[in-house]
Amino acid sequence: MILSGAEIVVETLIEQGCKIVFGYPGGQVINLYDALYTRSDRIQHILTAHEQGAAHAADGYARASGEVGVVIATSGPGATNLVTGIATAYLDSVPMVAITGNVPNSLIGRDSFQEVDITGVTLPITKHNFLVKTIDKLADTIREAFKIAKSGRPGPVLIDIPKDVQIAKFPYQECPVVEKKSVRKAKGDKLTRAAQMIAEAEKPYIYFGGGAVTADVSQEIIALADKIDAPIGCTMMGLSAVPVDHPRYLGMEGMHGHYASSVSQDEADLIITIGARFSDRATGNVAKYARKAKIIHIDADGAELNKNISVELGIECDVKDALQRLLMLVDEKQHPEWSARIAALKDAEKAQFEKVTAKDRITPYALIQETAKHTDPDTPIVTDVGQHQMWTAQFYPFQSPRTFISSGGLGTMGFGLGAAIGAAKATGKRIVLFTGDGSFGMNLNELATVTAENIPVVIIIMNNKVLGMVRQWQTLFFQKHYSNTDLHVRKTDFVKLADAFGMKGFRISELSELSSVIEQAFAENAPVLVDVAIDQDEFVLPMLPPGGCIEDIITERGDQS
Amino acid sequence: MIERFVIAILVENQPGILTRVASMFNRRGFNIDSLTVSETEAHAYSRITISLTGDQGICNQIIKQLKKLYNVKEVKVMDKEKSVYRELALIKLKNTPETRQEILSAVDIFRSKIVDFSPSTLCVEITGETSKIEAFIALVEPLGILEMCRTGVVAIERGCHYLNSETSL
Repeated sequence: MILSGAEIVVETLIEQGCKIVFGYPGGQVINLYDALYTRSDRIQHILTAHEQGAAHAADGYARASGEVGVVIATSGPGATNLVTGIATAYLDSVPMVAITGNVPNSLIGRDSFQEVDITGVTLPITKHNFLVKTIDKLADTIREAFKIAKSGRPGPVLIDIPKDVQIAKFPYQECPVVEKKSVRKAKGDKLTRAAQMIAEAEKPYIYFGGGAVTADVSQEIIALADKIDAPIGCTMMGLSAVPVDHPRYLGMEGMHGHYASSVSQDEADLIITIGARFSDRATGNVAKYARKAKIIHIDADGAELNKNISVELGIECDVKDALQRLLMLVDEKQHPEWSARIAALKDAEKAQFEKVTAKDRITPYALIQETAKHTDPDTPIVTDVGQHQMWTAQFYPFQSPRTFISSGGLGTMGFGLGAAIGAAKATGKRIVLFTGDGSFGMNLNELATVTAENIPVVIIIMNNKVLGMVRQWQTLFFQKHYSNTDLHVRKTDFVKLADAFGMKGFRISELSELSSVIEQAFAENAPVLVDVAIDQDEFVLPMLPPGGCIEDIITERGDQS
Repeated sequence: MIERFVIAILVENQPGILTRVASMFNRRGFNIDSLTVSETEAHAYSRITISLTGDQGICNQIIKQLKKLYNVKEVKVMDKEKSVYRELALIKLKNTPETRQEILSAVDIFRSKIVDFSPSTLCVEITGETSKIEAFIALVEPLGILEMCRTGVVAIERGCHYLNSETSL
């Protein structure tokens, strides 16, 4: 079958199982959009308001489904608008294929209209990228891009296709969906050593990150914890892989982690790490991180072993296979003293939480709990970045994997709305987006997409009229110099904004309205926005100061002690 | 312990590969002492030789990050004891009646050669291990170096060791 390059792109996407693409047309992808037009029966295209929204949507789609998300943009500004979205996916190891058009080969390098060297620009934020100069390589390059994106530690891949390659004709032959490249299996002696270290440990702590979500090892983690009598903590990227109400689960550790989780990690004599990378937000000061513990690090990416901290035993491997084999090697253990200590820490955490959480006003905690009454265990919960993100990470009762969709590594404000669109398309479910007035302001243009596509998202804005996370730092570390973090001067009315975009908006100002308005919002079978007024000085607690260690933990606001 | 490492990297012979390798070093804050790149016995591959200074941990991390690059086929730290290292330098020196004899005897002792000679300048080509070249430079520096360029290190292992695992006798 002789097809044009544009048609080959679309056929290869269909062949690779892609059912939906997010994007924005432009001069150098007109041919591609023409091919999409004729194949709209097989592949859906979601037009966003901005290419950044499309990139986040492809990312949200991938996070919610585990499949490769695909985004299309034109050359020049279309391509550069993807950059933040691609970097977000890269830092959180999300499988994504970004396809950009470029000026024809004959015009490359001449600073032509809307020409940019996007493979150069995205070089450090992609797993790999391709400039396809000839049509004979086109189909195989797309297949290879899918393979790279989803193999091992996943990540984004960009394919730049000059316009003349989209126009040229070449035979196309359908191929099967590419298989993931196999990751090496753990060596037996390393697993034996791990089992030995576990047998010798008195205070083991299981610690997982986003790699556990990718490897789909929730059951293995719980089984291991049960067998060796260990508590389970996680990084922010690991959230939702283990149900929050599981008795062994302590929650997220790190800068804004749960007290019991962070303290028990510090007291542990063995940390069994599964698919985490010891980011500075998770460890604080690496020199003072987990000083009493030996560390086992199991990861699909060998380069993460001994990168940020030195470990006693690093195992680069297929994580699921390794955990299944490790489970058979370890003996059942009981650690009554350690369990008692963990229980005491959980009690202390609960008591402190009761002490610092107000009951007489709308707190983020109350809002999240109220929202959770209306969601299902598999409802995807999307966030932007900032205080609301940390509160959601701390308080939302996650039940099933891939339900927490949030920008961890890059911390991209403005991620949420686009990601919610993608997650909704991936799951066909009601979505919740927790956002803040700062983050939401960054990419609220995607409300146009939300209403055009009738995305069933409940957007909950925790509106404190400040850039709360930075303000919290300014309060704690910058003598309350609230430099450019006060948004009271803004006149935005989010309820009217919702109306302008063609969706319903609600406002909650008093605690008494909370429950009834949230109920009304969820009763709508359409996109809705809820603007919730919260206190500008609400803190995210506890907090390990940047570069600090467990002794520096802040558990209450100065004026509360 | 800070040591000198020489890393040989076999990459696909395609445009932009050098940028990808160099960019990784830059992004992760690894310093390069020297870098050379050229074709190999197989047209499909180029060989990059990088010399750098650091501790074993940094060296390990560099190897692992290099192996993650899509177009990188083989990476090997050259065994210090079992490899041949060579570097070439072209050094242009002031040619004066006072210094000429001293330069010529240095050239003779270091088994290097004069490749250009003008009334006021002369140019020396010297090949050898980095330490030899540095010793020569130290010797002639007081005599007035006008210009200098060096190739950086290339290295190959002695005996039946090949970087390309596909090569066999």
